[in-house]
Amino acid sequence: MVPDILSYGFMQRGLLTGIVVSITCSMIGLFLVLKRYSLFGDALSHVAFGGIALGFFLNIYPIWTAFAVSVSTALGITKLRKSTKISGDAAIAVLLSSGFAMGVLLISASHGFTIDLFSFLFGSILLTSVQDALLIVAVSCGVIVTLIAIRKPLIHFTFDEEQAKVHGIPVEKLNYLFVALAAVTVIATMRLVGILLISALIVLPNITSIMMGKGFKNTMLISISLSVSAVVAGITLSYYFNLAPSGTIVMLMVAMFVGTLIAKHFGMFSTKSLDKHNLSIVS
Amino acid sequence: MSVNALDVDNVSVSHNGILAVNKISFSVQEGDLLGIVGPNGAGKTTLFRAILGLQNYQGKIKLFGYEGHSYTTLLSMVGYVPQKVNFEPNFPATVYDVVSMGILPKKKLVKGAALIQSCGCCWNRIFSTSSKDHEKIEESLKIVGLESFKDRRISELSGGEQQRAFIAKSLVKEPLLMILDEPVTGVDMDVQNKFYSVLRKINKENKITIVWSSHDLTAISDLATRVACMNRELFFHGEKEEFFANKDMLKTYSESAMQLHMHKHDM
Repeated sequence: MVPDILSYGFMQRGLLTGIVVSITCSMIGLFLVLKRYSLFGDALSHVAFGGIALGFFLNIYPIWTAFAVSVSTALGITKLRKSTKISGDAAIAVLLSSGFAMGVLLISASHGFTIDLFSFLFGSILLTSVQDALLIVAVSCGVIVTLIAIRKPLIHFTFDEEQAKVHGIPVEKLNYLFVALAAVTVIATMRLVGILLISALIVLPNITSIMMGKGFKNTMLISISLSVSAVVAGITLSYYFNLAPSGTIVMLMVAMFVGTLIAKHFGMFSTKSLDKHNLSIVS
Repeated sequence: MSVNALDVDNVSVSHNGILAVNKISFSVQEGDLLGIVGPNGAGKTTLFRAILGLQNYQGKIKLFGYEGHSYTTLLSMVGYVPQKVNFEPNFPATVYDVVSMGILPKKKLVKGAALIQSCGCCWNRIFSTSSKDHEKIEESLKIVGLESFKDRRISELSGGEQQRAFIAKSLVKEPLLMILDEPVTGVDMDVQNKFYSVLRKINKENKITIVWSSHDLTAISDLATRVACMNRELFFHGEKEEFFANKDMLKTYSESAMQLHMHKHDM
């Protein structure tokens, strides 16, 4: 017997896209967190907001403009950082504010804020159209398959860039591919939790799983499990209690993180060195 | 005709107009264990970075007689252990994971092997050609004595143990040459001795050519076959016996003299 929650098309689409997107976010997020690019996703989502506003302004399907603006900005800022030695946090600050300012400017120049735009800001997984759902699932699967294909050089590159270079890994090309994948992931995630909460999906399951896992594969699988559980539970709870899915999902992830911190404090997940180091990642 | 594993010919490196390495030339023969000594700031790391393609330089560097594209191909078969590998302290990788990063794709191994064969050198493979990746990883861990640590997180290991793990990561690629940049600076004597016995083993038993920089003249006299002394320029390159017979050279490059030089340099 199918539970009533699954008898609605919008719930089926919401759960399917939510699960696929959470897997993608966990995978790309682990690399972002370990490269200390945790806020890169946040900055890209603000740029995506500019891209979406551009779509509304030009009357083009906004997801396409968001893809174009985010990927080109991600690649551009990576190039700029390399050639001008701008520090990572400064680059993120510039990206974040300029992307959002562009969005606000374009919205004010067109027809003002719309409900559609708000759904991008705060997420609207249950309002996902069939067209959106198909696009999000296809893009996410593309990101997952690419990440699996490049996992070995990407792990080496994330662990130590110089060693990876000596090993013959084309680190610059790999970095460009990686930031492009991160930009695409951010766009695919917008519908689920909205621009303002994307970084939670990228960071929270991963900093939680890093406290629990030992090997890389094991840590990634834990992160994916936590993320998928939070998304499924979040959407279900929001349906029964009439809550906003995005906020529910993120608060469940926060609860998992805090729970793990407390469990670690009482001696679970004994990876000795974490005690002295994990605050550096949290802060 | 024998080909050198490494030829450094008139190599200079400058940082913002200051020469860090000045017209250095030397060669390393196959099977040698060359110990490079010199005070801090002598340009040893800069020279290594130039050899490894991480630093622009003037002059010529050849690996097994090759330059250009073939050099880059062979470079991936060079094992490199820096003074300190800067990895994220929370990186969720076990020792096994880290060593497995050293595995070279088959395509690269075949290409490199063809280059080595065509220059008439012999590639002293550590593992049999039929070895599977996981067998190579286990064997490398055994060589450095870390087989019981394979499931531990890399960050849980001590500095010396981590360096041994990075040696294993280099060994797993079956290196043509290993470059070790002061690999045990700052670790205790016991760990240093364990590390040195690994170094001796891979040079003598596995016949791997090693270029190794160190301040420890006792270890150099014990392990190296040849010695080079540098302080931006090359002051000596030759047989170990010749170096240790030269009292002036010993006086200049003894650890205390290098410390003194370092302080002068800092001032």
